[in-house]
Amino acid sequence: MKLFVESAAVLAPGLAGWVASRPVLAGEQKYEPAPFVLPVAELLPAVERRRTGSTVKLALAAGHEALIAAGRSADSVATVFVSSGNDGDVINDICITLAGSDRQVSPTRFHNSVHNAPSGYWGIAAHSHHPSTSLCAFDWSFAIGLLEAATQLQVERPEVLLIAYDVPYPMPFAGIRRVDQPFGTALLMTRDSTQRSIAGLDIELDRAAKDLSRMADARLETLRVGNPCASALPLLAAIARGQPETITLQRNAGQTMSVSIRRPNGR
Amino acid sequence: MQPLFLNRYAIASSSAIGLEATVQALQNMRSGLAPCAFETVHLDTFAGQIADTSLAPVRTDLAQFECRNNRVAQLCIRQDGFEEAVIDARRQYGPDRVGVFMGTSTSGILETEIAYRSRDADGMLPRNFPYATTHNTFSVAWFVQSYFALSGPAMAVSTACSSSAKAFGNAARMIEAGLCDAAVVGGVDSLCLTTLYGFNALGLLSPLACKPFDRERNGISIGEAAGMVLLEKTSSGLKRDGIALLGVGESSDAHHMSTPHPEGLGARMAMERALNSAGIGRDAVDYINLHGTGTRSNDAIEGKAVHAVFGADIPCSSTKGWTGHTLGACGAIEAIICALAVQRGFMPGSANTSMPDQDIPVHYLLATRSAAVDIAMSNAFGFGGTNCSLVLGRART
Repeated sequence: MKLFVESAAVLAPGLAGWVASRPVLAGEQKYEPAPFVLPVAELLPAVERRRTGSTVKLALAAGHEALIAAGRSADSVATVFVSSGNDGDVINDICITLAGSDRQVSPTRFHNSVHNAPSGYWGIAAHSHHPSTSLCAFDWSFAIGLLEAATQLQVERPEVLLIAYDVPYPMPFAGIRRVDQPFGTALLMTRDSTQRSIAGLDIELDRAAKDLSRMADARLETLRVGNPCASALPLLAAIARGQPETITLQRNAGQTMSVSIRRPNGR
Repeated sequence: MQPLFLNRYAIASSSAIGLEATVQALQNMRSGLAPCAFETVHLDTFAGQIADTSLAPVRTDLAQFECRNNRVAQLCIRQDGFEEAVIDARRQYGPDRVGVFMGTSTSGILETEIAYRSRDADGMLPRNFPYATTHNTFSVAWFVQSYFALSGPAMAVSTACSSSAKAFGNAARMIEAGLCDAAVVGGVDSLCLTTLYGFNALGLLSPLACKPFDRERNGISIGEAAGMVLLEKTSSGLKRDGIALLGVGESSDAHHMSTPHPEGLGARMAMERALNSAGIGRDAVDYINLHGTGTRSNDAIEGKAVHAVFGADIPCSSTKGWTGHTLGACGAIEAIICALAVQRGFMPGSANTSMPDQDIPVHYLLATRSAAVDIAMSNAFGFGGTNCSLVLGRART
């Protein structure tokens, strides 16, 4: 399946947005992990900002960055949200409450516990009636989201915004589900090439699993393996380099898919 | 969209296990709702619980997936020849050409809720707790994929109460894009404390069995269920006029996290987009299976939206009086109920509803009746303002 990327966003420790991160991902600059600063979710009205945690804020900030870079308005695109799990802070808090004696769950926490909470806040903030889906494929959620976005372009609509995010869980939840660092990314993808296309992609499912692509830089590789959605890093790095190459992502247990990156418009 | 055939489907709910029992329950007005006696829950509400005795442990070679939610999934897989049909499809197309698309809201969170009660002196959870294969949202899709040793694309769709309606859209797109030839599509959600106490906190639980669209309706009853469909491009066997998925319509409310748009704007868009997707006009639809949860505002708003699209005369009903609101599973089980309505020629009424709300301008069915149904629509709406309508009906090959 062929598609084009108009813009990319990335938010992680030492990767503060695409413009600053592109030379790092391309290997032109050294990666320096810096403390992560969650950007202000400008898209969200202040009242909603107070109600939301780091997961929603990270997802919306990543999506917003990609939209701005593509010069598109928030209400103009359908969205695919992926994460390897629901908001860890919210689930942890609810489970602690339910294990106690009074079981008084906060109503806001409850509606923020759904996997599609970021998608819901996005719709409100973006005033978007476009379809939005929220998917999960455990550690392989990014690749499955990319596949879903590609099929939407193939059969349903000319552009789609993929937003992928995972943040560390608090204790004791972190004892059974480890995520090391926050990582958010977004890709604004189109069916046809446009003036703004930064890369062309061609996605194929592998019949037999191939070796996964890794990051050459040891600390970026640590970031990649420490957060499910950071499995996007080899793809982001290939887009940053802008040279034709093929990378391999895991899409399900024991299964992979290949993504060939090419220059847009045959340049 | 290109019609996709529901060549085999299966259902398990608190109301009935299996297709034949489900038709019987719908015709005999036998509801699965009872005063909630689930686990350690103390809430003044009704629930649709599948008897624990019906929930066999998951297959021994899949023991890492052992949890209530996957037991419910397995119960459904083992009904109505579904297991055999998927094995046939795997043989026919190859394991890498069959995808898995499962809607779920809370997956196996119950096991984590229980584990939090046995935190050690340092507050830590049991170290060997199998989070990935039980609680994680993907667990049920991974379980189904593993059950059949499939290797096509597999995903969990988790958009609250529209999850398993939307899963049909994901499956249809993947088939149309050529990534798979067949899909196991479904929805599974099981009782847990998060949803029972969470909906209680929102003040949305009825103290009695829910009464969708009733003048006296006062909230939802939560239920557990699974519905599974084998979706294929071609009709199986000798049947010349199988039941097919004809259209999918999805939209977002862009309004509020837990209350629908007051004019039902998103719901209306989902229904209209589903009609467009099926390439039919509103007059072609014979029956609508409503989302109809039984809360004051949800039913009133859905009624407004249905009236705006279809007018006041189209027969419609909610089947949640039988099953309860099965959250991430309701899209799949209600799509299956629509398929049964088309296949067997009946329109379900509404268990527990006795006085339809006259302020809602729709033709609401109280009793199940025999009637020819060529095309049915199923609505599913959820938290986050996510809406999905499906069109199902006869498609002649």
